[in-house]
Amino acid sequence: MQGEFEFSAWVPALPEIFLALASMALLVAGAFIGNKGTRVVCYAALWSIAVTALILIGRDWGRSLVPGGMFVMDSFAGLTKLMILAGLFAVVAMSIRYLHQEQINRFEFPVLVMFAGLGMMLMVSANDMLSLYVALELQSLALYVLAAFHRDTAYSAEAGIKYFVLGAISSGMLLFGISLIYGFAGSTNFDMIAHRLEDMEAIRLPILVGLVFVLVGLAFKISAVPFHMWTPDVYQGAPTAVTTLFALVPKVAAMALLIRVLFGPFAAMAPDWGQIVTLLAVASMIVGAFAALGQENIKRLMAFSSISHMGYALIGVIVADEGGVGSVMLYLLIYMVMTAGVFAVILSMRRDNLAVESIGDLAGLARTRPFVAFAMAALLFSMAGVPPLAGFFGKFFIFVEAVDAGYYVLAVLGVLTSVVAAYYYLRIVKVMFFDESAEPFDPNKSLSGRAVLFVAALFVLTFIAWPQPVISIAYDASKALFIQ
Amino acid sequence: MAPADMLIEYLPILVFLAVAGGIAVLMVAASLIVGKRNPDPDKLAAYECGFDAFSDARSKFDVRFYLVAILFIIFDLEIAFLFPWAISLGEIGLFGFCSMMVFLGVLTVGFIYEWKKGALDWE
Repeated sequence: MQGEFEFSAWVPALPEIFLALASMALLVAGAFIGNKGTRVVCYAALWSIAVTALILIGRDWGRSLVPGGMFVMDSFAGLTKLMILAGLFAVVAMSIRYLHQEQINRFEFPVLVMFAGLGMMLMVSANDMLSLYVALELQSLALYVLAAFHRDTAYSAEAGIKYFVLGAISSGMLLFGISLIYGFAGSTNFDMIAHRLEDMEAIRLPILVGLVFVLVGLAFKISAVPFHMWTPDVYQGAPTAVTTLFALVPKVAAMALLIRVLFGPFAAMAPDWGQIVTLLAVASMIVGAFAALGQENIKRLMAFSSISHMGYALIGVIVADEGGVGSVMLYLLIYMVMTAGVFAVILSMRRDNLAVESIGDLAGLARTRPFVAFAMAALLFSMAGVPPLAGFFGKFFIFVEAVDAGYYVLAVLGVLTSVVAAYYYLRIVKVMFFDESAEPFDPNKSLSGRAVLFVAALFVLTFIAWPQPVISIAYDASKALFIQ
Repeated sequence: MAPADMLIEYLPILVFLAVAGGIAVLMVAASLIVGKRNPDPDKLAAYECGFDAFSDARSKFDVRFYLVAILFIIFDLEIAFLFPWAISLGEIGLFGFCSMMVFLGVLTVGFIYEWKKGALDWE
């Protein structure tokens, strides 16, 4: 690294460099324009995210490292980053009107979303414990602020504080684990750790202790049980636009990071960490299914729903081969689309210009808004895993991989808990179609919200007609992790 | 390296500990023996940065103190990074120089933001 400095060596990180420059430029521009420029900054943020995605698509997705080996670009990172950018784009687009309605139209919102996105993109490309930690903190700090963005309401402030305190504890755990791993492996670089683990059997046990702490930190970020306690409160308390962001993007980034850590440096210890991840997966599926049964607040319900979805996705991680990771990526892709559609509906739940968020408020939606109710029903059936919708295929591929690898108990448990979970999804459908009509919602003027809902519903309904391209994208991306 | 050799490497720290402890004891003892004592209630009270030492901890406290303190820490840390960077600039070369310029650039963006938001105005 001494002396010679070539820009060309940093080209693998070009999308991130552009996004960083754009978000800093928007921060300065916003500081000069003030809050009356929120709309402009939002649109500029949309453009920046789109351009970042274009740069990413235009790049070669072969495996390449930047000098120092802290950042790796491969097709796994490429696909995950595209998903992250798509999620960010949808969130910012749907938030513009919401920020105005809730009178929190401060220009920092799109800028913070971009910083969080930058952190997440760096996370999935991390190739060193240090870059992992710094990227994770970059996204977390931006998300803490976003959770408390509606700072005049006690709920939002509480969500921010809770998320911050628990997030700080998990970061502490993560750092402690990293220090143990560094102490025994002698390096923080993923490739070096992998080499040491291959060469020296003796250090595996102490490194496992460190890995447990790292897993605790990452399980917190994907809100796997028993590290899920923050999720319902933060989902409920944060402004709905921010909840949409939480449900869509950081989950995917953190899951990708978890996969990269487990299959990169610690691939040799798969039987050891498999037990830990099994515990996380089983607990998440069970808690996510049963705890959601009594929920009345739809944002809280979605929190438990996301916990159970992460449980299913973790089954694919336990399988620990190319197919397993491929099925996780497919699951995450479908999960993102479904969640985006559901939150587009939740964002449009407003009465007398106030947001309402209880399940009862959806009563009779089929009569007041038949198309929205139909799209929402399709999305909920898909989340419950009813064939022939997209969500069914997500679960199907996970369970097939599990059965192929001999994890019968996990597969059966997954099917059973998704039956339980189906109850609360179907309850919403019942409320929408068969309950006495509540007052109709305010007319939904958000073009982007309707567009997201339409695309999501179309995706889950027609997935069966053209599954192959999506499936092969997900499976191809996961190959990159296994060809080093 | 044999264990004994490794421990020898730590000898200076042991010496330092002994010297530091010795000087501390010496200073306390010297002020006890030599110093004039002329107590009054204010001198005997615990020093609490100008606040009453024994009162309700939940007193109102201007949030701007925290803001100033946090902003100070950021730029203080910047200086703490600048010193070792300046000394080792000859060895870390152009890469080190560019890294610090990026770091300073990011901090400057933050500085412009806080200035425009009025975080530096007391009133």
